[in-house]
Amino acid sequence: MQSFEFRRAQDASTAIAAGAKSGTAQQGASVRFVAGGTTLLDLMKLNVERPGQVVDISRLPLDKVEPLAGGGLKIGATVRNSALAHHPIVQRDYAVLSQALLAGASGQLRNMATTGGNLLQRTRCMYFRDTRMPCNKREPGTGCSAIGGANRTLAILGTSEHCIATNPSDMNVAMAALEATIHVRGINGERSIPIADFHLLPGNTPERETVLEPGDLITHVTLPPPVPASRSFYLKLRDRASYEFALASAAVVVTVANGNITRARVALGGVGTKPWRSTAAEALLAGEPAGEAAFRRAADAALSGAKPQSQNGFKLELARRCLVHALKQATETA
Amino acid sequence: MRINGHEHRLRLDPRTTLLDCLRETLALTGTKKGCDHGQCGACTVHVNGRRVNSCLTLAAMHEGDEITTIEGIGQPGALHPVQSAFVAHDAYQCGYCTCGQIMSAVALLEEPCGPNDADVREGMSGNLCRCGAYPNIVAAIQQARGKS
Repeated sequence: MQSFEFRRAQDASTAIAAGAKSGTAQQGASVRFVAGGTTLLDLMKLNVERPGQVVDISRLPLDKVEPLAGGGLKIGATVRNSALAHHPIVQRDYAVLSQALLAGASGQLRNMATTGGNLLQRTRCMYFRDTRMPCNKREPGTGCSAIGGANRTLAILGTSEHCIATNPSDMNVAMAALEATIHVRGINGERSIPIADFHLLPGNTPERETVLEPGDLITHVTLPPPVPASRSFYLKLRDRASYEFALASAAVVVTVANGNITRARVALGGVGTKPWRSTAAEALLAGEPAGEAAFRRAADAALSGAKPQSQNGFKLELARRCLVHALKQATETA
Repeated sequence: MRINGHEHRLRLDPRTTLLDCLRETLALTGTKKGCDHGQCGACTVHVNGRRVNSCLTLAAMHEGDEITTIEGIGQPGALHPVQSAFVAHDAYQCGYCTCGQIMSAVALLEEPCGPNDADVREGMSGNLCRCGAYPNIVAAIQQARGKS
């Protein structure tokens, strides 16, 4: 691990001022915030991340889960994944989020990892993690080793000729289906970013993963009020029964009245370069009878445009079946 | 930091993980280094009562925190119930992962966890055992929880 200066932020302004001195908030940042450390320390040991300064934000007062006036929920950036998953309001009103969090990582890691950190979780692409291999995300312009390489676990949606790295988060998928908003404080004040606009497609700049700029500090995430009579579900499919990243996952929030779907929100994980919400699938579901035929059409729509690589063609059908099954689970009458 | 009830004042290289601080600086070698990347659980300790991977956190982040390691859980002649259950069920072979398994299991007793073996397996999935002692580890934990 490269040496660095360690500072503990006394308040958000200090952290933001320190972060703003970095040339980028993306890959290669010279200043990094640390809260849980589960991604950052891992990548620093691999020399994938080499910040000259690490700013500890774990003691900032951003660790509360609070109901919002008028409904909805405010989740502080340093709320631990375990605390969020077991929060009674999350379990009652946003079950898909609790399920997604508990499907991720291990008990130990969930006790460390934070809400803000999980939003910024980095890909598990083995070429990104190995500094001996070319990788456009880690070192722009060096090429993508995964295209034509070991790509079984990598993305089939949102890829480019420069990068096919999967966004590995489970939480992000549920947040996408719940239409979360990410609140950021930076050197120019505060702003709110819908999660759909927060993560970037790799395109020609796979080193840019989010819209964050130097100094930007995620302060909290808000969820809209729960949709009356809706049911939600997260289904994760993987090589092991536990403690493994998704090959495909689906987060769904659906409302059914008299056998017809009145509203649906759908997002996929494990298959996209970002948390993959499908508004096309949602539009096809609305107004249809809740059943296999509509679910299958929605799944086809969600996977339209998918570009499988040499080893991950199986993900196409796996993701379709994953979504169909999740919709079945969420719409089955209790 | 307070470690197993004792206060320690330390000056450390910022790179020092909590794991390396325990093992190399304080010679508390019960906590084991396996993968050093948060994938095996051998380094599990408790920070303010919560189980964490000590390899993925910096010692400097724990000023004032209460750290508990396997050395603070039980002693020969006065074993923690989870330790006694591991002995009774022969829940190890080589023993390298055992301290992490026990630290994880002790914390699991205080966490929301269903009653079944499958619930224990899910709750313990962050602790790998290359010897494959899993059936006996689950049995030991179920006994310690009073669920066997």
